[in-house]
Amino acid sequence: MKLTKLMATAAIGAVLAGASSAEDVEVLHWWTSGGEAAALNVLKEDLAAQGIGWVDMPVAGGGGEAAMTTLRARVTAGDAPTAVQMLGFDIKDWAAEGVLGNLNEVAEVEGWDAVVPEALQFFSKYDGNWIAAPVNVHSTNWVWMNKSVLDATGLGEPTSWEEFIAVLDAMKANGVTPLAHGGQAWQDGTLFDAVVLGLGDDFYKSALIDLDPDALGGDKMVEAFERMAVLRSYVDDNFSGRDWNLASAMVINGEAGAQMMGDWAKGEFLRADQVPGEDFVCIRFPGTQGAVTFNSDQFVMFDVGENTTAQYAMAKAVMDPVFQSAFNVVKGSVPARTDVPNTDFDDCGKKGMADLADASANGRLFGSMAHGHSVPAAVKNAIYDVVTAHFNGEFDAQTAAEELVNAVESTL
Amino acid sequence: MSAAAQENAVKTGRVYRVLIYLVLLLFALFYLLPLFVMLTNSVKPLDEITGGNMLALPQKWTIEPWFKAWSTAQIGVEPTGLRPYFINSLLMVVPAVAITTVLGALNGYVLTKWRFRGDTILFGLMLFSCFIPFQIVLIPMAAVLGKLGLAGSIPGLILVHVVYGVGFSTLYYRNYYAAFPTELVRAAMIDGAGFFRIFWRILLPVSGPITVVSVIWLFTNIWNDFLFGSSFGGTSQPVTVALNNLVQSSQGVKEYNVHFAAAIFAALPTLLVYIVAGRYFVRGLMAGSVKG
Amino acid sequence: MTDQDLKSRLQNWIPKLVLSPSLALTLVFVYGFILFTVYLSFTNSRMLPNTDFVGFANYERLWGLRAWWVAIKNLAVFSSLYIVICIGIGLMLAIFLDQKIRGEGMLRPIYLYPMALSFIVTGTAWKWFLDPGIGLENTMHMWGWESFEFRWIKDRNYAIYTVVLAAVWQTSGFVMAMFLAGLRGIDNEILKAAQIDGASNWNLYRRIVIPLLRPAFLSAFVILSHLAVKSYDLVIALTGGGPGRATELPATFMYSYTFTRNQMGTGAASAVIMLMTIAAIMTPYLYSELKEKR
Repeated sequence: MKLTKLMATAAIGAVLAGASSAEDVEVLHWWTSGGEAAALNVLKEDLAAQGIGWVDMPVAGGGGEAAMTTLRARVTAGDAPTAVQMLGFDIKDWAAEGVLGNLNEVAEVEGWDAVVPEALQFFSKYDGNWIAAPVNVHSTNWVWMNKSVLDATGLGEPTSWEEFIAVLDAMKANGVTPLAHGGQAWQDGTLFDAVVLGLGDDFYKSALIDLDPDALGGDKMVEAFERMAVLRSYVDDNFSGRDWNLASAMVINGEAGAQMMGDWAKGEFLRADQVPGEDFVCIRFPGTQGAVTFNSDQFVMFDVGENTTAQYAMAKAVMDPVFQSAFNVVKGSVPARTDVPNTDFDDCGKKGMADLADASANGRLFGSMAHGHSVPAAVKNAIYDVVTAHFNGEFDAQTAAEELVNAVESTL
Repeated sequence: MSAAAQENAVKTGRVYRVLIYLVLLLFALFYLLPLFVMLTNSVKPLDEITGGNMLALPQKWTIEPWFKAWSTAQIGVEPTGLRPYFINSLLMVVPAVAITTVLGALNGYVLTKWRFRGDTILFGLMLFSCFIPFQIVLIPMAAVLGKLGLAGSIPGLILVHVVYGVGFSTLYYRNYYAAFPTELVRAAMIDGAGFFRIFWRILLPVSGPITVVSVIWLFTNIWNDFLFGSSFGGTSQPVTVALNNLVQSSQGVKEYNVHFAAAIFAALPTLLVYIVAGRYFVRGLMAGSVKG
Repeated sequence: MTDQDLKSRLQNWIPKLVLSPSLALTLVFVYGFILFTVYLSFTNSRMLPNTDFVGFANYERLWGLRAWWVAIKNLAVFSSLYIVICIGIGLMLAIFLDQKIRGEGMLRPIYLYPMALSFIVTGTAWKWFLDPGIGLENTMHMWGWESFEFRWIKDRNYAIYTVVLAAVWQTSGFVMAMFLAGLRGIDNEILKAAQIDGASNWNLYRRIVIPLLRPAFLSAFVILSHLAVKSYDLVIALTGGGPGRATELPATFMYSYTFTRNQMGTGAASAVIMLMTIAAIMTPYLYSELKEKR
């Protein structure tokens, strides 16, 4: 008796939950931490004001990996969400499956072509059609340094690889862990990106974007791996598996001198009541000034048939300059459109916006390999394997460069 | 049965007994350790965790993380806490366990008391299903659920759990009923009792212990499932998915004390089941499932 | 046809009717899906399943991958240690608990409860405890034992043993319960008789009790070995497959190739190998199990 009652309740509950009307958007994302989710709530309320409901589908884990598994199940079931948070080449892969919608109508009215940087459009458009609304641009070649630890070295902000090494050496001599790092594949990859970019824009492009075997296995790559080994020598022994925010905490409390991490790390510093320029400094990875490696969160719109009203409204709301500013101030990233005023951003944020505009104008804005914006997921993971194995001492630099060629080839 | 079980013919000396107690207590500590870490750190303020000793007792006790985990923690876009997800889990686990147990009992009954040609092969086929890695069924399952119109709903999840649970419950009941004297069933048949009547009157009344085993096993497996919940839960995600969202949030401050409190909330029902029904568990195992 | 006939024919059909829904579900959702996976393993599926047939290419590729060999070796190390230690601890605790222990009612649920928790719940606690910076090592240092070292989880040669440790923590209590149930099922008269014959405790257990526990050993072995092959959340929660890829297991390999690396065909091939391994363990067991029941 009870059983049937429960079943009935379950069924009714499911019907209610499943009955997302035409005026709802269902959003799959992995922004579940306090600040991010609160920022996303701004978007939700924007839509609510237009009478559009928000059906939330958060799935966190592995930088979106868990969400992508869920998405695969949903698409296979013929039940794709309205919009999905996605990164880089994942967008292209899904577009190739022919399951995405088309936002051209909105993009034209709103003039997206003029305000979104070219490098981002590469991901937001497929076959010339807008398929996604970019929310932000994270740049990943930042170094975050503890100001007092840096000052104690008596050296200024480093601007080249040699100066950077000098600073790290001085920190080591002062008894501080020079480099705070977490040994997870994507964090190792973030270091690798910066090191490769430090050896030249062209090298980054030919190795990590065009996957030229000569660049992947060449002398310069050996040098890159040698530099990785040098960086490894400044990391404490306890790094493996450490979450990036714990590494940030080491810099914040002066246990470590510097962390190489994307701009989301800034949030950790700000929440610890640190002031940019006073308590911590943000610099580009020495040797990569003027260039930016980026990743960009985008809301990819799936094919929802005829009922596009709510989807279009959401795309429009995502690209709204006020939302872009509000969201990115919280997230630590910079807006995906270049015409948003920088008034609400802190010094690091302002610097980031200026760098992005410059890099974009000078053709020095590159997708980040480590964050899935230079090569598809299969290749990215193959590169991770080699970088991580080398960083953990399984390969020497020469072998690593050879393995890199093999690993990349095996995925093509 | 329990009285007889307490009686053991083996005698041990005093020194041995002390040693035995020591070993038993040491292992108890080993098993309790993670729970201890979770409990103590769930009642500490955050700065005491990030800056201090994880095995130390809190200097300042706070119950705040518990409230936060339950009702205001940010799981998705809204700060709902675990509560709504907890309810989803209950709506899923109760029917799934009930259906699977009933099916298993009936299957076990057929396979032992109404045998027919080829029944052992059929049982073997069902049993093997207990052992397949769940990752491999994800994609085809999604396609089937989509066709049935059950994707992203609680009934869909219930179906999935019934499918992959029924092998276990059938195994338990079959082994249990196999030990039950078939003569009684025969006699009832000769008296003209039908299939369901025999089950209801003769087998069901003695099925207590094995039902406990089956329910414990299914309840913990289904409650703790993450893979199916996140893939097929849709908008009615179970509590494990919510907990994962809380713990795995990638970019942002990690409130470890809230994480631990939430973890304990998510574990409460299964813990409760084990503590309440645990004493019957060994008895149930004894009564059938581990006999050859 | 008489009424009686109809009724008895119906009676003959009811058992099969009752069994059929479960059987149908199993055929479709287990065997159908296995066939589908086998099929996928011969296609060039990447993001989503497709029908682009490529023969054995995925299998060739699989056995050429270093990560797959690492996963296989890890599985060998992990499963042998895990099974042996679990059975050892489980048997020991069961024998000890069976000595009319005061407080058995308290101890038993303590031993059993880890089975009730998933690693989504306990993963963080374990990760912390094993982490040298915040866990056991740090605590020992704070308590004054400066030279204490425990950094297995950070060492690629030892990290797999931390996975064993956590896995043993989770299931050894359950194995204990299985052995305890077996012990309680042994007829005390046999033991008494042996004691009168002057057998020592040690011999009593070695010669009589342990052989009598054979079915419990068999069940424990089968349950543990299939858990070992399926181990997934444990690795993800503890090490994420690291340091490097030192703790990759076939289940994590299969998941990452199928779902995050967009190489579904290769992932399916690894799944087929896993299934074959499980079948190789299960089939003899099932055969003997079902044979005995005649």
